[in-house]
Amino acid sequence: MLKYIIKRILVTIPVLIGVVFLIFVMLSVVPGDPLTVMMGEKVKVDVIERLSQSMHLNDPWYVRFVWYLWDAFHGDFGTSYKLMRSVSSLIAGAFPKTLMLAVTAAALSWVIGIPAGIISAVKKNSLADHLFMGFALCGVSIPAFSVGMILQNLFNGILPVSGFASPRHLILPALVLGWNAAGTIARLTRSSLLEVLEDDYIRTARAKGLAPVPVILSHALKNSLLPVITMMAIQISSLLSGAVITETLFSIPGVGRLAVDAINSRDMPLLQGTVIFTTAVIIAGNLAADILYSVVDPRIRVEGGK
Amino acid sequence: MASFEQAASLAARRAVDGVKDKFSPEERAEAVRRIEEEELNYLPGPDTIKEKLIRMCRENKAAALSAGILAVMAAAIIFADKLAVYDPNAVNLMERLLPPSKAHWCGTDDLGRDIFTRILYGGRVSLLVGVIPTTISMVIGIILGMISGYIRQLEAVIMRLADIVLAFPSIVLAMVVMYTLGATTTNIFIALSMIGWAKTARVVRSQTLSIREQEFVEAARGMGVKKWTIMFRHILPNCLPSLIVLFTLNIPDAILSEANLSFLGVGTQPPDSSWGLMVSQARTFAQSSPWMLIFPSLAILIMVLALNFLGDGLRDVMDPHGR
Repeated sequence: MLKYIIKRILVTIPVLIGVVFLIFVMLSVVPGDPLTVMMGEKVKVDVIERLSQSMHLNDPWYVRFVWYLWDAFHGDFGTSYKLMRSVSSLIAGAFPKTLMLAVTAAALSWVIGIPAGIISAVKKNSLADHLFMGFALCGVSIPAFSVGMILQNLFNGILPVSGFASPRHLILPALVLGWNAAGTIARLTRSSLLEVLEDDYIRTARAKGLAPVPVILSHALKNSLLPVITMMAIQISSLLSGAVITETLFSIPGVGRLAVDAINSRDMPLLQGTVIFTTAVIIAGNLAADILYSVVDPRIRVEGGK
Repeated sequence: MASFEQAASLAARRAVDGVKDKFSPEERAEAVRRIEEEELNYLPGPDTIKEKLIRMCRENKAAALSAGILAVMAAAIIFADKLAVYDPNAVNLMERLLPPSKAHWCGTDDLGRDIFTRILYGGRVSLLVGVIPTTISMVIGIILGMISGYIRQLEAVIMRLADIVLAFPSIVLAMVVMYTLGATTTNIFIALSMIGWAKTARVVRSQTLSIREQEFVEAARGMGVKKWTIMFRHILPNCLPSLIVLFTLNIPDAILSEANLSFLGVGTQPPDSSWGLMVSQARTFAQSSPWMLIFPSLAILIMVLALNFLGDGLRDVMDPHGR
């Protein structure tokens, strides 16, 4: 068990380094002198020289990559060109907001998605099933910003439609973000429960004369929720990143918004930092999901991987 | 049924034809017979892909209806210049922000342009973005997936690369690529292709790994059939059902990605239009002129929904265990 977890963690390290490398290389080829972006045209030559030295700008890109990796390893993602603050502190300030939004949306999607999936599976092909599944499919078929804009206009004046000042500000963005997630969860719960309901032990439980509700809740659900649990862990991380659109639309100063602002102001260290941070969070989420899955389903570990 | 057996025997004969000079005709006939047998045993069902499609249309009304809707939409988009009465980019300030009417079915936007016309033309970008990057990324994914699944030499490198690409949230990676390359429609194709191959490569690799252990592949290998012939003549056709499903479900992903990129300002650039860009341009006017927001949103919803229904239907007949 411990061996599997350690192995699984070790495998993610090269992926993480690869992620940093890919982003670093892609952003290195973008034309433009960082010092000009940072402080305009009128700067003294010796200042430029000193800054170039301290930012390793005179070194070839691979040397800069190693420096970047080294600094990032110590939690230092450089300094934002535009905001003149350390990228780490900007992310640290923004992340709690993104996290709050993601957690609310996730909770919402579970509360709606899992019961909807159960009802759809139990009453397969009923009106409720078709309604829930139609709703779920719409959730994954419409761009989040379309839904967001429609909600903003419907609830204008009733609920706050932008900014991040009170819990009430979270309602609409969490709905937008949660609908998509709820759709995925509902579809997965339904298909996985349907599969389990055909198993022999369910028929045995029914044949014993158990009432339908206990059979579903205590026998079937336990096994069918395995893939759903993994999906939930994966989803928290994808919600954290999917927040890019929602945060932009609702003007929530989270990490996604920071990344979009960085693009618009051509602020490379900030973009690099936010993208690498978000991806690292997702990798950690997937890692957690894998480990969680191997705890609840020992069959996974036997093969020593997926 | 007959056509299926023919296909199996054709595949078998092709496998053997490659090594004509090494074996006597009797030996080859025997080999063909064995390969045929194996191939018949292995393939998932007795239906050909065409038969499966017919079965899907008969059993799954939603999928059949979706296919019909998609055909109509695609035709309308392709023949937009014949259907549209207005010029999509003609500014007419006298007629700005008109509600839907007989003259303007979906109303007009803030520059007086007919929204229905713009939806038809904007659909071209959305359709192209759906089909082109998906095709490119699937070709790359198939090749890399088969190389890593069959030849195994570059497996570690290719799969770690796929892991890295898949580790990114796709919209964020697309955003960075668009930032690096610059926002043009061609670059959207490149960005989405660069991201999409990884998923296909994983699917193809895992299928190749299981198919390569089948006896008909072993037989072909034993007879000295070349690696690439085995990969593309024997293994690829067996991956086809799940690839068709993957293709159908990747298109809506690509369409939504383009919409998101356009919303963030790094996708399609005005005066060109795509559905995603039209929705995001409606932002300022959505309160007073909701038709600017609703009709392009509906266009995306209907197309993506139809593709998802079709993909689900295809999966049920092609790849029942892929759920």
